Amino acid sequence: MGEKILEVKHLKTYFHTDAGLSKAVNDVSFSVEKKKTLGIVGESGCGKSITSLSIMGLVEIPPGQIAGGEIIFEGEDLLKKSEKEMSEIRGKKIAMIFQEPMTSLNPVFTVGQQITEALMLHEKLTKSEARKKGIEMLKKVKIPLAEKRFDEYPHQLSGGMRQRVMIAMALCCNPDLLICDEPTTALDVTIQAQILELINELKEETGTSVMMITHDLGVIAEVADDVMVMYAGKVVEYATGDQIFEKPMHPYTHGLMSCIPKLDGDDTKRLSVIEGMVPSFDEMPKGCAFCPRCPEAKDICRQKMPKLAEAEGRYVRCFKYTQEWEETGNE
Amino acid sequence: MSAASNIRRNGRRPGMNDTMSKDPLLEVNHLKKLFPVKSGLLSREKKFIRAVDDVSFKLMPKETLGVVGESGCGKSTMGRSVLRLIQPTEGEILYKGKDFMKASGAELRKMRSDMQIIFQDPYASLNPRMTVGEVIAEPLNIQKTYSSKEETREHVLEAMKVVGINPKYYNRYPHEFSGGQRQRIGIARSIVLHPSLIVCDEPVSALDVSIQSQVLNLLRDLQESMGMAYIFISHNLSVIRHISDRVMVMYLGHVVEMADKDELFKDPLHPYTQALMSAIPLPERHSKRKKIILQGDLPSPVNQPSGCIFHTRCFMAQDICSKEKPELRDMGNGHMCACHFCGKMEKGICGEKLQG
Repeated sequence: MGEKILEVKHLKTYFHTDAGLSKAVNDVSFSVEKKKTLGIVGESGCGKSITSLSIMGLVEIPPGQIAGGEIIFEGEDLLKKSEKEMSEIRGKKIAMIFQEPMTSLNPVFTVGQQITEALMLHEKLTKSEARKKGIEMLKKVKIPLAEKRFDEYPHQLSGGMRQRVMIAMALCCNPDLLICDEPTTALDVTIQAQILELINELKEETGTSVMMITHDLGVIAEVADDVMVMYAGKVVEYATGDQIFEKPMHPYTHGLMSCIPKLDGDDTKRLSVIEGMVPSFDEMPKGCAFCPRCPEAKDICRQKMPKLAEAEGRYVRCFKYTQEWEETGNE
Repeated sequence: MSAASNIRRNGRRPGMNDTMSKDPLLEVNHLKKLFPVKSGLLSREKKFIRAVDDVSFKLMPKETLGVVGESGCGKSTMGRSVLRLIQPTEGEILYKGKDFMKASGAELRKMRSDMQIIFQDPYASLNPRMTVGEVIAEPLNIQKTYSSKEETREHVLEAMKVVGINPKYYNRYPHEFSGGQRQRIGIARSIVLHPSLIVCDEPVSALDVSIQSQVLNLLRDLQESMGMAYIFISHNLSVIRHISDRVMVMYLGHVVEMADKDELFKDPLHPYTQALMSAIPLPERHSKRKKIILQGDLPSPVNQPSGCIFHTRCFMAQDICSKEKPELRDMGNGHMCACHFCGKMEKGICGEKLQG
């Protein structure tokens, strides 16, 4: 294990809604190592985006509430920081790229104004210095005609170009941690390939650690060193990228991998499916959250929630890999 | 079910061979759709977005034609033009031998009952103020298929059962359902008239992967039991490969390649198809595939590049590519490709490129 830049311990982010309390992030722990990429994968509603927003201190309170846990970044607990202290960290030490490059850029400011904002705020550069640095950043993310683009508005750029601008903005203050929340989901595959290559290149060059949040196991396979799989607000499997693709251990991870149509798979067969759907927060089963959809579920799974326990050099939340499994009955 | 899937394992759909000799269900010739662009007040020159530019194909009964391409390539406009949900600018559409472009009034309505569409966004495509039962019954009411309400209701319940929605939800509203279930409701609406053709416009793109596979299986089962043809539009090549019999690759309103599914994925001829295939991130570690990273973005559809539309991003482009437009040619076995160099390249070049 290398040096940790971020350590999240027992994070709980809840939302108070009319229908009751939603435990969007329910006791999640993980860490990001220096110069490494952690991939967080899961379907919509599994809590992966709320995890990242909690780290950035961007969860709206209320209705949100950080109900417990610690977020240790460079030795300090971010949850104990004041809003003022957080705004000094946000954008400077931890930067974030969002899914929708269309909506995350401000349409009434030029690209240049938006890039230089962070530079003047955090690095205390003058306007002309910031302009120089901003153009340099645009060149770094391979935007052609950077000087011209600098003075253009977001609507004049294509989706891929906007995402490059977002990356330039995120990286302009040399952050130690870059959180990418579905950075390529809104993009076409050929553009996605460009952006992933760019993120990988810049990571090599600047030594930034990356948290990559996505629903696409293909993206995870390409970029992640470690992988965390989330389901219904909880971590169900936490392993290295090699481990998870060689042998997914949790039935959910396994199901996710086998239900994707493969380019080289047997296309005459039916796709394997995960039956049913993610339970909504007010109908969470008593035991394991995945058991209503799990093909291997036994009695014990319906009765109590398994712990995230070590198995074969990784962490899995499933009774299958515990002693209790053998002892329990089959129905 | 098991009999059907046994036949499927032999690679072809039931009835595929005997339909080959029959007349096509749908024949589209030189379909064009241009959208006018507002230009400056003083400009006399009229500009157009050439969303679909000279697309021709035939669709056999019970066949699935996959249409793949990136956003803005005109695949959705093409799908909608075929149903005349968007009136095509030019071209010929023959449906079961009849001229669909000239149909109007009662005749048009009658023909349309045989052609349906499933939309991408299950949240936007269902009227929130109608119950599930009303949504599914609407096509039956418009077509006046049944005279009595009871009969209509019976058929709606039947359609709900077929797509896997519990009939007890007949009086619920769409917002009470998840994305996957809503897409099932949309599918029920499109099959309730027993059409012969369904245009599926990115039906699984908005769904999570575990739900996506459920819906893909449903679409296949329905095709087996009801025997309709699909035009399946998607940007996802893996999905296209799973569901299609034949595949059409579009770029900037043009067809750049069209072939049998197996042939296309084994031996993609057009450089764009090759790049598209290599760019998909696969869920496997240490893949030995070499990616072809295309430079730049899709050019504006208003000012299309001269010559070959793909030459601005093509990794093989030569002088001729910016001057002459390559025709869509048959390279053997019905494998159509629009590139100056396909066929002239040694076979396997793309294979090497893909494998590195």
